[in-house]
Amino acid sequence: MKTKDKSNIHTISFLVANKPGVLVRVALVFARRGYNIDSLVVSPSLNEKFSRMTITAQGDPEILDQIIKQASKLVDVICAGEHSEEDAVAREMMLVKVKYTSTSKAIILKQVKKYQTSIIDEDDNTIIISQIGTTDDLDEFEEILKKHVVIEMVRSGKLVMVKGQEST
Amino acid sequence: MSAKKKSPIKLQNKLTGGEALIKCLENHGVEYIFGFPGGVVIPIYDAIVNTKKIKSILVRHEQGATHMADGYARATGKPGVVLVTSGPGATNTVTGITNAMMDSIPMVVFTGQVTTPMLGKDAFQEADMFGCTLPFVKHSYLVKDANDIPRVVKEAFHICNTGRPGPVLVDLPKDTTSGICTANLDPNMDLPGYTVQTTINKTDVKNMAKMFKGSKKPLLLVGHGVVIAKADQEVKELAEKLQSPVVNTLLGKGGFPETHPLSLGMLGMHGTAYANKALVNCDLILSIGCRWDDRINGNNDEFCIGAKKLHIDIDPAEIGKVVKVDAAVVGDAKMVVKELIKHVKPLDTNAWKQECDFYKKEFPLHYSTDKGLPAQYIIDQIYKISKGKALVSTDVGQNQMWSSQFYKIDKRDTWYSSGGLGTMGVGLPAAIGMQFGRPNELVVAIVGDGGFQMTAQELTTAFIHKLPVKVFILDNKYLGMVRQWQELFFDNRLSGVDLTGNPDFVKLAEAYGVKGIRISSVKGAPEKIKAAFAHNGPVVVHCEVVKCGNVFPMIPAGKSAYHMIVEPPKTKIK
Ligand SMILES: Cc1ncc(C[n+]2csc(CCOP(=O)(O)OP(=O)(O)O)c2C)c(N)n1
Repeated sequence: MKTKDKSNIHTISFLVANKPGVLVRVALVFARRGYNIDSLVVSPSLNEKFSRMTITAQGDPEILDQIIKQASKLVDVICAGEHSEEDAVAREMMLVKVKYTSTSKAIILKQVKKYQTSIIDEDDNTIIISQIGTTDDLDEFEEILKKHVVIEMVRSGKLVMVKGQEST
Repeated sequence: MSAKKKSPIKLQNKLTGGEALIKCLENHGVEYIFGFPGGVVIPIYDAIVNTKKIKSILVRHEQGATHMADGYARATGKPGVVLVTSGPGATNTVTGITNAMMDSIPMVVFTGQVTTPMLGKDAFQEADMFGCTLPFVKHSYLVKDANDIPRVVKEAFHICNTGRPGPVLVDLPKDTTSGICTANLDPNMDLPGYTVQTTINKTDVKNMAKMFKGSKKPLLLVGHGVVIAKADQEVKELAEKLQSPVVNTLLGKGGFPETHPLSLGMLGMHGTAYANKALVNCDLILSIGCRWDDRINGNNDEFCIGAKKLHIDIDPAEIGKVVKVDAAVVGDAKMVVKELIKHVKPLDTNAWKQECDFYKKEFPLHYSTDKGLPAQYIIDQIYKISKGKALVSTDVGQNQMWSSQFYKIDKRDTWYSSGGLGTMGVGLPAAIGMQFGRPNELVVAIVGDGGFQMTAQELTTAFIHKLPVKVFILDNKYLGMVRQWQELFFDNRLSGVDLTGNPDFVKLAEAYGVKGIRISSVKGAPEKIKAAFAHNGPVVVHCEVVKCGNVFPMIPAGKSAYHMIVEPPKTKIK
């Protein structure tokens, strides 16, 4: 497993024009420097002309600052900025499909309750659990579930929103 | 010529997308379209038949069209316009687009595209131009509705020539240009993410001005931004007020008169020794519209050690990108310098100026005519005979560096060189573009025998349009600059650089209907150059120069100015 140096993880939020190609343009600014994007969420904003893009990436803060500046230059990027835990809230969602046996089911259900997650689908052998929380919450729960038979897992990537009156 | 027939795709009183496009280009003051047609752009070429305001220039290769548009843009300050067909026509423009991006040149490139229902299906001559040029454009469009054409054109012209200029690509599917456009030809732009900075932060300027206090060895570094912002007068005023020596970049030529007593000429890898000596000895350096390119800095860890570094740039992403600065102002160079002048006081630089003058005397640019015809001599003579008043375009390589050393530029917008991309083949088409833009001035192209042959077919364009460009081919029968690196850094193991077998350039010129002149020795050379200038039409001057001339001074790649080699080394360079 790759170890994450948390201090080097950055969350950047972009408000972009809702136009074809804008995702590639932003992604290219990262790719050009050989930067890997860890997670990426794109969704419509309140104003249908704009989309919100949230990217998490690891790396040297100075280089990332450059990347933000260069992305801000893109004609289709309205604004871009980095957010820290102090000024913004962040949440992620995870869906996990776990195979259970008659013996393991009870243990899993106990964990589901403890971590305030919910079961959103179930059949004779598998359950799908959904969790919403911080990245740390999700990481922790993921580790717990790994003791069981995890068939697949999918995470939404991080969403952020600035606290208070200001908008992100 | 046959009488003009009515367009078969014309519908009564309605504009086709192609016609709307041409009308919009007229409204934007476009004089020339540099282009080459093909199936999917026939609707646009059809609309060109009816315009009286725009001349369509048929080039012989699409790369030539982009460099002509580039040369036109640099000589006039107006965007250059290119029109090509889809697929191969479009991909042939990629080099020219990238060249314009690297050098911040306003250009709008219209590429034809297959019809919208065929997009993404590998249709005949489909190439994803929007996709493949994404890293090389300031902005780009794929226009799927004829009614979007007026807005897109307006935005393209606005974007390409405001802020930091750059190329804009407009990909036009055939059904867009043959469809009906009923939209207003002067619509509102829709660019919420694009703002042009029209003010400057005066506190930043004041902070920058404070940095000059106590400086005894200031240096102004003039970049392309000065030329683009037309800030030459302001920079001159600033330099004279401060009594600060000035160096310029390759593209900064024209931003400050190189014959001015405070000018030390070009700095960098092949800059003058005195410019580079000043660089390593200054105590403060102010970059005005220069992005601290690695051909200037060499090695950032050793760049201007101990000197205060200040930066003026319109592009906020340039601040701190390469060099950590002590003060910076983001904004138009003209506005910033104008404001800065108010806040700085004259400095006591007498000793520093004397030091710089000493470098000038001790390490002048020089060459010898003892061993044949040196390329530098030709350029020196071109400079003297044209009295420094020609518009000059260079190609890439030794010819380029010698031209920048020996053709001093005093006026803005009279110099063309491919700086950022270093594109061989630009010299001739760029000169043609400059001549289109400035028809009454002497335009000289100084090119290498290698680079010339990359776009030589554009001699036809010069011939057909009676453009009196003077093309000097410095024929050293080598890819000279690469040969020089192999000689200096690879034990002279020459590989892939021999151009033996070049055509007879005089005969080649004549085959194109262009006058050819040969210069093979110093003797009689000035007269031949004069004859070339006197000829009322394009001329190719084939200069058979010494084969193994090298460009000095030289700072080896990746090294700082401390490692400058002024004279040919006697031992191998490590
Ligand atoms: C399109 C392109 N290909 C390759 C190069 C690499 N290159 C830089 S200078 C040079 C030699 C140019 O030779 P020539 O045109 O004869 O000019 P000279 O250096 O001899 O003046 C080459 C090959 C380049 N800059 N551009």
